[in-house]
Amino acid sequence: MLSHLRGTFCVLSAGVQRAWSSSSCLFMDPSSPGLVLQSQSTDVFQNLALEDWIDAHVDLQQRSILLLWRNRPAVVIGRHQNPWAECSLPAMRSAQVPVARRRSGGGTVYHDLGNLNLTFFASKKVYDRRRNLKVVTDALRRVRPQLDVQATDRLDILLNGQYKISGTASRLSRKSSYHHCTLLHSADRSAIATLLRPSCPGIRSNATPSVPSPVANLTDHAPSLQWEELLEAVVQQYSSEFGLTSASRCVDPADEVLFPGVGSMEAELRSWEWTFGKTPKFRVETQLELRDEQPVARCSAELQLEVKNGLVESCRVEVPAAWLPERLSASLAQALLGERFCPHRAAAALSALLRCESGPLHGRLRNLCDVLVAAMG
Amino acid sequence: MAAVTRGSFSALRVLLTQQYRRRSFRPQNLRLSRTEPVPSRWATSLQTSCSRTLHTAMARHRPVVQFKLSDIGEGIMEVTVKEWYVKEGDRVSQFDSICEVQSDKASVTITSRYDGVIRRLYYDADATALVGKPLVDIETESASELSQEDVVETPAMAHEEHTHQEIKGHKTQATPAVRRLAMENNIKLSEVVGTGKDGRILKEDILNFLAKQTGAILPPAPLFQEIQTPGPAPVAAPPLSAPAGVRPPPATPRPVFTGKDVTEPLKGFHKAMVKTMTAALKIPHFGYGDEVDLSRLVLLRSELKPVAERRGVKLSYLPFFIKAASLSLLHFPILNSTLDEGCQNITFKASHNIGVAMDTSQGLLVPSVKSVQLLSVFQVAQELTRLQALGAAGQLGTAELSGGTFTLSNIGSIGGTYAKPVILPPEVAIGALGKIQVLPRFGPDGQVKAAHIMKVSWSADHRLIDGATMCRFSNLWREYLENPASMVLDLK
Repeated sequence: MLSHLRGTFCVLSAGVQRAWSSSSCLFMDPSSPGLVLQSQSTDVFQNLALEDWIDAHVDLQQRSILLLWRNRPAVVIGRHQNPWAECSLPAMRSAQVPVARRRSGGGTVYHDLGNLNLTFFASKKVYDRRRNLKVVTDALRRVRPQLDVQATDRLDILLNGQYKISGTASRLSRKSSYHHCTLLHSADRSAIATLLRPSCPGIRSNATPSVPSPVANLTDHAPSLQWEELLEAVVQQYSSEFGLTSASRCVDPADEVLFPGVGSMEAELRSWEWTFGKTPKFRVETQLELRDEQPVARCSAELQLEVKNGLVESCRVEVPAAWLPERLSASLAQALLGERFCPHRAAAALSALLRCESGPLHGRLRNLCDVLVAAMG
Repeated sequence: MAAVTRGSFSALRVLLTQQYRRRSFRPQNLRLSRTEPVPSRWATSLQTSCSRTLHTAMARHRPVVQFKLSDIGEGIMEVTVKEWYVKEGDRVSQFDSICEVQSDKASVTITSRYDGVIRRLYYDADATALVGKPLVDIETESASELSQEDVVETPAMAHEEHTHQEIKGHKTQATPAVRRLAMENNIKLSEVVGTGKDGRILKEDILNFLAKQTGAILPPAPLFQEIQTPGPAPVAAPPLSAPAGVRPPPATPRPVFTGKDVTEPLKGFHKAMVKTMTAALKIPHFGYGDEVDLSRLVLLRSELKPVAERRGVKLSYLPFFIKAASLSLLHFPILNSTLDEGCQNITFKASHNIGVAMDTSQGLLVPSVKSVQLLSVFQVAQELTRLQALGAAGQLGTAELSGGTFTLSNIGSIGGTYAKPVILPPEVAIGALGKIQVLPRFGPDGQVKAAHIMKVSWSADHRLIDGATMCRFSNLWREYLENPASMVLDLK
């Protein structure tokens, strides 16, 4: 059984890949009430699109599905979270780590190739997250009996009672549901500290906050645990818990023949309108430090912004009139209205405006522009 | 295929019969077999629901239903309403999404059970909603839309939808009213193309399907009655013109344009551009055009391109144009100056920060290459590559976008020959470069040869610059480009 499973592992564990001619072969097989799929892709948007596709198109009344996937480094925020508050977009730009918004609720997680994602698809009638987590904890206990792993009330899995190795989120639609969780095998913990901090100061929002917890990798406490071993253990445990008889299968989330329409789902998940435009309304209130070089002088100003659907809905810049006439600071604030809350969009609008204003105050105006852009992350 | 649809249709009939039996106010003698004629009472009530104008005149009682928040599972009693997809007054169909709620890391989409109009939202965004309590009020279209069932989805309801799925092999969504319409007109839902969300079949789809089949338009469109010529004609009138409202087949229908003007306020970057361009056109412009023979430059570039590629930079013609402009500005510094607001003083800028107009997804952005007088052609190419990458990614910042003193617009990369560029304040000159074309020209020996010709159009501020200055600057620039080896003489 083990060797049979090993033969079917794909990019998830570098093995043989089987092609499926149509989704009906894959999903309509009546002999098995459970199905295990492994994604060949490490692109976070493709994998999230695959989750959406299965949730929308597969009849889950008769069967349950387990999808195993992992991603190249990415930050994934919950459906109702604020990306500017949850992660540092400038740091992510320089590290080339994308941010993705998933459709399930919950908090922000950092994904990389050392993190295993498990998605349990089931009908709403049999939606049971504790049972799913039990599959994971039982699997871990079977391969490493000495590990102390427990699922908590908050549906985290804790190692030794203190380190979080898994977080959970789920989504309920009209008839179907999915519950996905992470499992830290060997992720890069230092990246988490650098990337998961706010982009800009002064954000006030009602978006779902993340609850930070100390995390650990399974390999920190069980260094001999291999990735393939972990996968096999989880698949076996799922099979025995849910009564699976057929082997696990590799799928390519970009395959339009197998999953017609998955490409447009992926495009939607990549779009700015989904990732940033779906942020609940929030305010930014912060102090700006302005300075002149010749002669050296300083001044403090206040910035108050309201952002709705990712666009600047209102903007007030209060600069002391002695520093800059109110007309000029007001025209800068006006230029930001209606634009995306993005330092580059702000830079384009403000640079265009700067061209019209020359004169002795040009230097201070330029400084105010730079400071405003910096306050936007 | 036929066997499948026939079988599916009878199963559909069974489904519908089940639904109708459950609703106690249905007339008992309703028979829904395919071949028997439909009871006339039902047909008339159906026609009223087809035609909206008649429907509103019927003065029917419209019940307002309280749609309660159904059980989420796991014993959860309260959730947070995160986002509303509808507002009061919106029309919804069954299965449309109403709102997103969140509880305990689960995000749930609540969909409507009824067709109707939203009359009241019980919660604001971020408020806590209670399971089992009303979420929205929906004014349904007719009493028949109401379900007598309990709010929590019973297994019977789930079973029915499940059976339906199994028959079709994929979800075909249509509200009960639409299904009724299809049934009464002996239409197979599987043959109708749904234009609603998720391919849902709407009433309009059934009506269009019917129109295609019978060649008639329902309901009669008053537009076409005008086509029939009034007055008696000795020619026998075509029989089809006799019944009112049926158009004669040969006439092509006049397309009805349903587009609407859309007005939106100018915001952000576009508003700033309005200000910039208004300020720009206050400058008295004059234009000057010329053509440049780039044949030798084309040869030089093809030789240097692999060298640059080995260093990791793609070499286009633009770095040469920019460097030649800087070399020429050294002799004509007035073109690299700025006039103050009161037109009192002119400032000769020391640095040649040459702006390059870029067409990005946001619109026209003009980042500048700073201090070109200090850079070699290769260094200009490197900087240009960096700016183009930032521009493509939408990541140009204020440092790149401001501080320009002179601008070149390579509009020829998209197309065009001569142009009339607008000077970008606070600068005083700009050049627009057309595309490079191979054209016949007379060589020094009087023979026609192929030459690579590019047209250039300069605009300058006539308050500071006169035609002669612009002409001499352009000639110098042109000489550098027509004979690139001469740039070597003036290298520093």
